[in-house]
Amino acid sequence: MAAISSNLLFISFILYLVATLFFGGSIKDKKTGNEKEGTNRWGKIAVLLTIVGFISQLGYFITRWIAAGHAPVSNMFEFTTFFGMALVGAFIVIYFIYRTTLLGLFTMPVAILVIAYASMFPKDITPLIPALQSYWLHIHVTTAAIGEAILAISFAAGLIYLVKAIDQTKSSKQTFWLEMVMFALVAVLGFVAVSSIFSGMGYHEKFNWIDKHKNEAVVEYTMPAISGPHEGDLLTKGGFSPLFEVPAFINAKKLNTVIWSLMAGLVIYGLIRLILRKRIAAALKPIVKNIKLDFVDEISYRSVLIGFPVFTLGALIFAMIWAQMAWSRFWGWDPKEVWALITWLFYAAFLHLRLSKGWHGEKSAWLAVIGFVIIMFNLVAVNLVIAGLHSYAGS
Amino acid sequence: MNDVKCECGHVNPHGTVLCEACGKELMIGTITDQLIDMRYEGSARRSQTYNKTIIDKIWNFFSSVKVGVWLIIITLVASSLGTILPQEMYIDLPADVYYEQEYGWFGKLYYQLGFNNLYGSWWYLILIAMIGISLVICSLDRVVPLYKALKAQRVTRHEGFLKRQRVFGVNDVVSESDLTVIKKQLKERHYHIREENGDVLAEKGRFSRWGPYVNHVGLIIFLFGGMLRFIPGMYVNEDLWVREGETAIVPETDGQFYLHNNKFILEHYDKNKDKTFEKAINKAGEVVKNYQSNVVLYKRVGQNLPGEKPNLKKIKDYKVRVNLPLQYEGYSVFQASFRNELNKMSFALTNKQTNISNGELTIDLRDPQMKYDLGKGYSVEILNYFPDFEFAKNGEPTTKSRIPNNPAFVFRMVTPDKPKGETSFVAIKQTIEPFGDNRYKMTFKGIETTNVSGFIVRKDSTLWAIILGGIIFMIGVIQGAYWNHRRIWIQNKNGQVWIAAHTNKNWYGLKREIEGVLADTKLSVPIDQAQIEENEKGGV
Ligand code: HEM
Repeated sequence: MAAISSNLLFISFILYLVATLFFGGSIKDKKTGNEKEGTNRWGKIAVLLTIVGFISQLGYFITRWIAAGHAPVSNMFEFTTFFGMALVGAFIVIYFIYRTTLLGLFTMPVAILVIAYASMFPKDITPLIPALQSYWLHIHVTTAAIGEAILAISFAAGLIYLVKAIDQTKSSKQTFWLEMVMFALVAVLGFVAVSSIFSGMGYHEKFNWIDKHKNEAVVEYTMPAISGPHEGDLLTKGGFSPLFEVPAFINAKKLNTVIWSLMAGLVIYGLIRLILRKRIAAALKPIVKNIKLDFVDEISYRSVLIGFPVFTLGALIFAMIWAQMAWSRFWGWDPKEVWALITWLFYAAFLHLRLSKGWHGEKSAWLAVIGFVIIMFNLVAVNLVIAGLHSYAGS
Repeated sequence: MNDVKCECGHVNPHGTVLCEACGKELMIGTITDQLIDMRYEGSARRSQTYNKTIIDKIWNFFSSVKVGVWLIIITLVASSLGTILPQEMYIDLPADVYYEQEYGWFGKLYYQLGFNNLYGSWWYLILIAMIGISLVICSLDRVVPLYKALKAQRVTRHEGFLKRQRVFGVNDVVSESDLTVIKKQLKERHYHIREENGDVLAEKGRFSRWGPYVNHVGLIIFLFGGMLRFIPGMYVNEDLWVREGETAIVPETDGQFYLHNNKFILEHYDKNKDKTFEKAINKAGEVVKNYQSNVVLYKRVGQNLPGEKPNLKKIKDYKVRVNLPLQYEGYSVFQASFRNELNKMSFALTNKQTNISNGELTIDLRDPQMKYDLGKGYSVEILNYFPDFEFAKNGEPTTKSRIPNNPAFVFRMVTPDKPKGETSFVAIKQTIEPFGDNRYKMTFKGIETTNVSGFIVRKDSTLWAIILGGIIFMIGVIQGAYWNHRRIWIQNKNGQVWIAAHTNKNWYGLKREIEGVLADTKLSVPIDQAQIEENEKGGV
């Protein structure tokens, strides 16, 4: 069962990749990509592939559920994969409301990156500790992920808006930040690339080091150590010795991964720039030339409107019900909870600015981008950095 | 105050910008833009009308969306600060030590700024309270006038009102049949149609306008529920430790309930049985599968007389597990933790030289006897007992707590050859003989432990408000987010037919809908004047 499950996931991943190519083709093909004319052949194939891929991934989800005996949303790999699936699902829904393949061209790469990122985490099926043995947990996590995915569509639409609206002929604050967003996406690719390369090589090296309580500990790196642990002592013969050492309260291993990912990201970004000879956002401009600004603006806003209630229900209300069951209090000011609250407050502010202060168009698109950054921060940084300080799931 | 009568005959409250009935501009000069601001229908809002007294000023401050958004943003940023380092409730050292020790100068600063308990700080509570006040005032400021204006609106509208709608178009000739088609199309799209002297007003989704106010009411109820917790008795939250085999009074229940702990169970996943998890278990080591206490809940019958054993009636057997609390009469008992506690200690009274035992004794560490008679003239007295022994600053032995974590005893060993007895101080791994060399000693034989289940007893009489608030909030957001309020006016003016349309959001959808409605007619589709304005401004 577990083997079938991973094959299905792999198939869906490939299908998403191919679908992205077709989405690209559907735009290049003459003057479509606009709402009215309807979808062309390429676009239809792209949507079909996406749907088949989605069904295949649903198959992955169901088979893994059967194998594990619980919904597969209980570790980083499973949750992030599910988020990727929800993103594709949300795109399919929004596609059938607005029928624009351009949205697919921007959403699918994000979904692919998310799934690729997920597969860098251990894929073992994990048993559930008592606090996690609750169907409310699963309802909470899945609904929250679906809400976040719908909100992420507004990011994709916002990106289209910015690519189209921002003047690329001269550099400005806007071009800089938009390019930062592009670079961030490339850096995720960088992370996936270095992780795959070093794990393919089977790279390992061990250190003895002194932790912040002055105890000796051992840490195992899976990438050559650029940043070494505090008073680290390389145990592996022929291992790479660190270029510098960090204080004990910083996690040297995670920092090392970040450094490698950024370096790989810079290299890939550099290559892209070398080929394109202009900013990525500038290169994307011709692709979006047929779309109307108020149209993407509305897609972006509509996704927030659809996603906000789902997010509230999943990330706050269901989370409170579960917390009440598991820990006897519905709210505990745990970092993960607080960041869900922050995300929620942010989108509430977004809606108010839009409805009452008339922040539409470019301002609204930037807000959609920031919202996505907050969601990703909660998914990545809070899990890996902040929550590491005290165990979240341990009761 | 002075009400304003419009030329259409409708009497509007003081401060009205657009006549509630026909939409004519009442305050000349307030509208400078080419398009009119349709928010709240140009109705008379208190915040826009009065600004004299302090109360006006406070009202206007809190009713402003700008202020509301700032409050939300400040709360958001403040909340994020509290996640940089763990909050006080998650650490197990005293805060004044912990932060500096773990995080150096930054930790110290964090502690000095009070961020260690940020979410309970006075200023954070004030922020939340201000959001609450703002919610109440901003909603009242808008909902009443909006309701009145939407109720008073007439079908026929003033020319200026129509002309300056965002979506507007003019047709010179319109046939009756086209009008019939339009009305049919509108009905199919669930529009509610009103007609007056040949003018048409098609409207749908007005109820979605109340969505924000409904959700704000939900939030207010939720916050109110949070406040209720400060009232004594509304919220009970007590720790309760019960040893296996013992019965304890459930705290904060006026001695009404008793909990008996039959057994505490701790289970781990077995990688041989749970094959699917084998790899994960190999990596993680042991993974806990279950924390469980098998308990019996009793209720006291009759009066509780001091000194007398209470008369208990069994209510139910229950297996308390994480996620499956025992619930009864508003009280919940949660499985929160457990510990393993020393229970009994055994010693043998031995002759140091011969090493012969002259009898053994087992001490119940929570209820030691004064004297243990071993027969044949041998006995042991306990002169002093320190369940959780340590040396105090002055060098005297004391006890830290009444829990037997580190028991120590002062024994007097009475034997036939030392009838006055010998004194010996015995603690774990140490023996002191205060009066010189003894002939006998207490040889440590063994210990017994018991499991102690840690429960949290909780009664939360505020939950109803939290739940109600949550439900109302959800209804409100869905109402406001999944529907929108659209109006289309088709009216005869100067021998022409004017079409104007308004929606509170999603203009693109409205325009598509109008295109659909007009598709089978000869009428031209009205244009989006805001779009033109933007284009003229050199936008895209
Ligand atoms: C955390 C707190 C808040 C939440 C979650 C919240 C939620 C919402 C939502 C979901 C909407 C509908 C927006 C839309 O449909 O686009 C809304 C509208 C609105 N909110 Fe709030 N709100 C909050 C606080 C406030 C505060 C403090 C104010 C005070 C100024 C305020 C004033 C308004 C106003 C004036 C509207 C528009 C109503 C209309 O035009 O029909 N809100 N709110």
